[in-house]
Order: sequence, then C-alpha cells, then structure tokens
Amino acid sequence: MIAPLLDIRNLCLGVAAARSVHPLVKDLSFQIMPGEAYGLVGESGSGKSVTSLAVMGLLKKPLAVSGGEIKFKGENLLSLPKRAMRHLRGNRIAMIFQEPMTALNPLSTVGRQIAEMFVLHQGKGWNEASKLSVDALASVRVPNPDRRARNYPHQMSGGLRQRVMIAMALACNPDLLIADEPTTALDVTVQAEVLRLIKDLCKERGTAVLFISHDLGVIASVCQRVGVMYAGCLVEENDTRALFDDPRHDYTRGLLGALPRLGSRTQNNRQRLIDIDSIIADRSILTKTRFIAPRTLQEGRP
Amino acid sequence: MRFGLNFWLGAALTALVVLAGVLAPWIAPFDPVLDADLMNSELPPDLTFWFGTDGQGRDVYSRILYGAQISLTVGIVSQVINSVIGVTLGMTAGFWGGWWDDLVNGLTNVMLAIPSLIFALAVMAVLGPGLPSLLIALGLTNWSWTCRIARSSTLSLKSQGYVQAAQTLGYADLRIMFTQILPNMMGPILVMATLGMGAAVLSEAALSFLGLGIQPPFPSWGSMLTDARQLIRIAPWVAVFPGLAIFLSVLGFNLLGDGLRDSLDPHMRTRKP
Repeated sequence: MIAPLLDIRNLCLGVAAARSVHPLVKDLSFQIMPGEAYGLVGESGSGKSVTSLAVMGLLKKPLAVSGGEIKFKGENLLSLPKRAMRHLRGNRIAMIFQEPMTALNPLSTVGRQIAEMFVLHQGKGWNEASKLSVDALASVRVPNPDRRARNYPHQMSGGLRQRVMIAMALACNPDLLIADEPTTALDVTVQAEVLRLIKDLCKERGTAVLFISHDLGVIASVCQRVGVMYAGCLVEENDTRALFDDPRHDYTRGLLGALPRLGSRTQNNRQRLIDIDSIIADRSILTKTRFIAPRTLQEGRP
Repeated sequence: MRFGLNFWLGAALTALVVLAGVLAPWIAPFDPVLDADLMNSELPPDLTFWFGTDGQGRDVYSRILYGAQISLTVGIVSQVINSVIGVTLGMTAGFWGGWWDDLVNGLTNVMLAIPSLIFALAVMAVLGPGLPSLLIALGLTNWSWTCRIARSSTLSLKSQGYVQAAQTLGYADLRIMFTQILPNMMGPILVMATLGMGAAVLSEAALSFLGLGIQPPFPSWGSMLTDARQLIRIAPWVAVFPGLAIFLSVLGFNLLGDGLRDSLDPHMRTRKP
C-alpha cells in the first residue's frame, strides 16, 4: 500500500482561552494519497479553513492546535521548526484562496510575483525566473502570457487573477495544493474554466489537492473522495460517487437535499428543498456522541 | 495621478530652495563668510547687495543662498533618519505584535510626551553644537508619528489577502515586510517625511538661534537671525530676509506634503476627480 501524502490524525484545534481550549475542530482524521483530489465540504464555520491553515502552519493566535498530528510525507508538520515549515510552504504545499481580487500585491507586476517564487524556492536568478514566469502563465492558459506578465493586478479580471494565483501556487510543482473555495468569488462560467484548469494541471503534474468548498456540485466535479465536516467533526467520508448515491449521515443527506435539482419541481406537486436550521450549533453543548442533535432537519413535504 | 494647486505651489517653493542651495557656489555674488568688509556693514538693499549687508558687511543674499544648503541638509537627513527609525520600529511592532509591540508603543508614547525641541536641546547639550550633532538630535526626536503611522498601516495591510497569500507561499517575515508591506505604505510615510522637513527646518532655525546649531561664521538662517537681533532697529533687512527664507521654505515643504497627501490618499481627496 502506498503511504498517504497527507495524514491527519486526531487533530484537535481551538481557541485558546485563559485556561481551557474552546474546541473548533475535534478528533479530525483523514488521509490524502499522492495525486488524489480530496474534497472537504461543510457550511461556514464547520472548521474547513482552520484545518487547512493548520496544515500550512499558519494558525494565528488565539487559534492553536491542541492535539493530534499532521503528517506530510511521514513528517509531523506540527513539530517541524519554523524555517523548515517556511521552506515547505509554497514549495511542497501551496495554497490558493477565495479572493483573487486582493490576493496579489497591487504594486508589482504579476510576472514579477510569479518569478519571485522561483527565486525564493529554487534559487533561480531574476532573468531566468522571469522567463519561467511567462511559461507558468502560459501553463494556466493566460492568453498573451509575455504581455500579461508585465501587467499589474488591477489590469486583470478576477478569473485571470485567480489563474495567476494558481500559476504562483503551482510554480514549484508542489506535492499538495490546498484550494480554499477558489471559485466562490468568480462567476459561474469563469468558475467552470478555473475548476477545469485546477483539475487538469494537478492531474498532469500529479499534485494532490485538498479542495475546500461548501458547494457540493463543485466538489463532485473535481474530487475523487469527499469528507463532510460539521461543527468541527468529520461526519462522513466516502468516494464522491458513493457519497452522492448513498449519503449515510443525516447532515450529508440534508446538504444534498438542499441542492436544487433540475426537474425536481412539478407543477402541482411542489417539492421543497430541505432546509437546515441556519445557525451552527453552539459547540459547548455538543457532546462526543450527540454533536448534531440540536439541529433539526425538516423533510421536504409534498 | 493628479496633483492639486497645493502640490504645485509647494513643489515650486521647494524647487526654489533646492535650486538656491545647489547653485549657491555659482550664483552667489559674494563669498558668504570671507567677503566681510566692515566698511560696507549694514547697507540697505541696493543693486550690488540685493538683500543688503549684515553687521560684518557680508552680503545677506549670498548668505541666504548658502543657508539653503544647510536647511536642506537638515531637512532631508533628519527626515531620512526619522523615517528609518519610525518605519523599522512601527512596521516590526505592527507585524509581530506581542511584547515587542508593547515596548515600541511605550517608547512612542514617551517620545510623544517629551516636547521635541527640549529633547533636541538635551541631545545637543550632550553632543555639543555643530551640524552632525544637529542632524542626530533632530533625527532622533520626531520619529514617533512616523512610527505610529507605520504601525497602523502595517496592522491594516497585514490582513490584506496578498500579505496572507505571501505567507502561504513561503515568504519569510522580513521579506513580506519589505516586498509587500513597505511599498504599500510608502504614501503616508512620504507625506509624513515631507511635512516633517518643514518642522525640521524650523527646529534647526530655533536651535541655531539659541546658539546650539550651526556655529558662526557659517550661514544658517537661524544663526543669521541671532546675529540680526541687535540690528533689528537700524538694519531690519538683516533679519527680514532670513525670516522670509525660513517662512517660504517651510511653507513650501508643508504645501508639498499636503498636496502629496491629497493625491496619495483617496479618502482625503477634497476635489472631485
């Protein structure tokens, strides 16, 4: 059996208060194989993004990991010294964000910002790096890459900027790409292009993807396996197809039921979308076994 | 980028001072120190001595041209020192936070509580009079506002997407500060430095007037005022022209700073674009 690329075991993290830790993520465990695309779904506040930040080692105070381990290629990232962690970031593990509009430095050209990745992580000279940055732009299917490389971020559209971000993230051929809702801020047609781009590039290069989203449709089109998070716990994990065909957990069923489906509405027989009580449950009253109890599912009624 | 009337007025006045200082050796009709002729002392302005002569018979016009060199040096060098200290402390404090932030904040508050001229006087008293110690004294006194601005800009820039993205891309802290944060806060820092130049020129004049700055016979606008003090009734031009030079240069720096701020800070913009 192949060793997993990313192996998260019993990860607990939370807000460190004066004495106790208020938990945000509880006993989270999942594995990502090399080259695999793993989706993490869940609503806002379910702990998807803090998990990804924990993997990057970028949790800001007062957030802190309180237990468990994050193994990347067999090495526990939580005990890695700062400097080694920094060499990993952007080089072996890269990340792209939700907001392409603000994720680029407005004062330097995108070519230079991509080139900086080669200088930083591969010790290339600026001349060589800027040639490589044009290639990187071409690889994310930016038209006229040599002209675009001299553009500043404000001269580009959201979709183009997200492509630039992808080019930066994949510049050093990382083993793992964390995509934190990379398409949420884009409109639907651009979204499809960017998703296809991420999918193709990662397949080409054998990059594993941790894809975080609250959009099941997006997850379904990219990922091979899906984990569903709720209130800081992984409530269900399965192959994408199996999860969609046969959701086992109430919450997953709720999520799927909340998706509008083409043709699901007949004229006389209106089918309601399932709605899930919209406030995330107070974590302090959740117990180990009953973490979903305070929320109710209302079945769609004919 | 569009600049307003303030900026151009300020730029013109500043350019005048710069030209006067740079071209002084060529355009000054007399030597500011050596051409002293007691036979010609206290002459009112005429065609030979445009601004008249002082108590030692030196040409006031030439001395003012050379004085511009000193004012400019003081203004620029002290502001460079100020900005370097203020930006370094403010940016690191804002970025790292924690005990370092507390320490820098405390230090800033202490500096703000001490009247800057008194502090400069104390530094001058320790270092002794002269241009180098004047530069050090003024450089050490006025960094607190720059520090505060650098700190608050850093705090707001820190939460910007590109700074966080840079962290995920493996940038070291210092690299983030110099490539992502510093360039993006240059606007306000530049404005502060330009406005500070005016204040520094005034402080230099005050310190020289008190006899702690530039030592006679070298011409500084402040020390020229000191010399003119006794002559103010019989030869007012000896005092008026250095005073006017101080007034116009400080006005120039301040207008330039205001104009820069209006153009660099969209929130402060008063005119409609």
